[in-house]
Amino acid sequence: MIKFSEDKLNKVEELMARYPEGKQKSALIPVLHLAQDTFDGWLDVPVMDYVAELLHITPIEVYEVASFYSMFNLKPVGKYLFEVCRTGPCMLNGSDDIIEYIKVKLGVQEGQTTADGLFTLKPVECLGACGYAPMMQLGKTYREHLTKEKIDSIVEECTRAAAN
Amino acid sequence: MGVKLLLEHAHIEGIRFYDAYRKNGGYRSVEKALKMTPEEIVEEVKKSGLRGRGGAGFPTGMKWGFLAKPEGVPRHLVCNADESEPGTFKDRYLMEFLPHLLIEGLIVSSFALGSHHTYIYIRGEYVWVAEILEQAIAEAKLNGWLGKNILGTGFDCEIYVHRGAGAYICGEETALIESLEGKRGNPRIKPPFPAIQGVWMRPTVVNNVETLAAVVPIINMGGAEYAKIGIGKSTGTKLLSACGNINKPGIYEIDMTISVEEFIYSDEYCGGIPKGKKLKACIPGGSSVPILPANLLLKTAKGETRIMSYEGLADGGFTTGSMMGSGGFEVFDEDQCVVRHTMTLARFYNHESCGQCSPCREGTGWMYKILKNIEYGKGKISDIDLLWDIQRKIEGNTICPLGDAAAWPVAAAIRHFRDEFEWHVLNPAESQERNYGLAHYADPIHVPVAI
Repeated sequence: MIKFSEDKLNKVEELMARYPEGKQKSALIPVLHLAQDTFDGWLDVPVMDYVAELLHITPIEVYEVASFYSMFNLKPVGKYLFEVCRTGPCMLNGSDDIIEYIKVKLGVQEGQTTADGLFTLKPVECLGACGYAPMMQLGKTYREHLTKEKIDSIVEECTRAAAN
Repeated sequence: MGVKLLLEHAHIEGIRFYDAYRKNGGYRSVEKALKMTPEEIVEEVKKSGLRGRGGAGFPTGMKWGFLAKPEGVPRHLVCNADESEPGTFKDRYLMEFLPHLLIEGLIVSSFALGSHHTYIYIRGEYVWVAEILEQAIAEAKLNGWLGKNILGTGFDCEIYVHRGAGAYICGEETALIESLEGKRGNPRIKPPFPAIQGVWMRPTVVNNVETLAAVVPIINMGGAEYAKIGIGKSTGTKLLSACGNINKPGIYEIDMTISVEEFIYSDEYCGGIPKGKKLKACIPGGSSVPILPANLLLKTAKGETRIMSYEGLADGGFTTGSMMGSGGFEVFDEDQCVVRHTMTLARFYNHESCGQCSPCREGTGWMYKILKNIEYGKGKISDIDLLWDIQRKIEGNTICPLGDAAAWPVAAAIRHFRDEFEWHVLNPAESQERNYGLAHYADPIHVPVAI
């Protein structure tokens, strides 16, 4: 059964109250973020239907938004999503090599998840950290000035965290 | 040291939090502005000559002057914090380290525009920055700068943070408005302009983070004083985010009187190019603006020193100049490949096209495919002309400027680096092994003598 906890339902109420009366659809993207964080890092159809119900909008209004924005995952992803930037400024600073290194280290291609379900590699476009390139997003944080050694230690850090 | 209006206190410990910010003169502009009339504030902003810092450079005071004020219809100020232009990361710095400066600017601007519910639309990936802003808003509210009856003036104002979810197009103001309404970020056809019908069909002003932060010094020092800083129509200070092959990437505040050469080589700014390498090219204002080879970057086609101002960077138009844009300053050293870089930008715009207009939806994809062929040694000489043809057919033929933004980098790369593209095509194997290098791109320009 897909349902937010009492706390999260209150958060949804609070988000909806930020917009004018009758314009609760404006809370859609913030609520989808909350849903993705809550339900395993991706938006399955029943999850999107549940969000539609909460906001009193039709399911198609949720699907069309979820499929437009690149942060919403419509397929399952690993516990740790490596979103590595590959646009111009990161490219000038060696992001191609970093992506290649991650592919070999994790044994995955772009968009794939490791067999243990821990890591997904997703090359992405500019994340606004061009001065600290190369970089990637990992969960709620940015990991910047990446090197092969840094990738090693991030993978190790995640593996350790998953084991605990 | 140049004038610092925005980053003056950036180095102070704890400036992210209310107490340190207030102790260093924070929120003075709100005290001053709330004693003025909204019209007087708009007048000061007009006098300051402030131009939109998001990229377009449109005069802010004039934009504010367009806002419709029908009886009984709420108006909204929306802060555009959807910073996504490759090379640009200045707004993130402002929000991360000086969140109260933005909040302060937002309160003054909300009062000037009559917005009681103001929104900060921040790109979804800046999760922790959104949290910093939420915390700063809570602190400001606790200290009486937000909420009901601010400073006993009867002015009510709330600020809300709204996170996007990864879409460059939402930096375009009508796409941002659609997104704020909970829809796909498809830009709207204008007119009507947001100033007449914006979010929820109400009159709306959308301004960039840096623009709204600049309102604080404008009110504190007066518009006329602010206008004295800089050159010509480039008034005040501008934040630049410097990246690429430089010794000191980061955020710099300049007063738009320094030369491009000083900005790149001075230790006060970028500190030169690592390992003593030579400068090959630069994109001075975010990925959408034309790339310039070193020779045209440092000097204009007339042989004059190029200045880091709106007019200075635009000198020569698109033939031999570029644009200030968003201030994303990206430097290429002699080892970089312009073809490969242009390919990554084409991929970027193809990925970010919303898909509404066919020239952009299809054209960006074709450009990416052709550039990929050239980059990987499978191109033909005729592909270069084909690329030129496609970019021309995108430019000006789309609802929003993303089409132009995708076309310009390709056009400029071919205009200035055509021989590098040809070399890739004619030397498919060699181009996989090494880059074209500096070639003649830093050579002095031949200035034709008028007869």
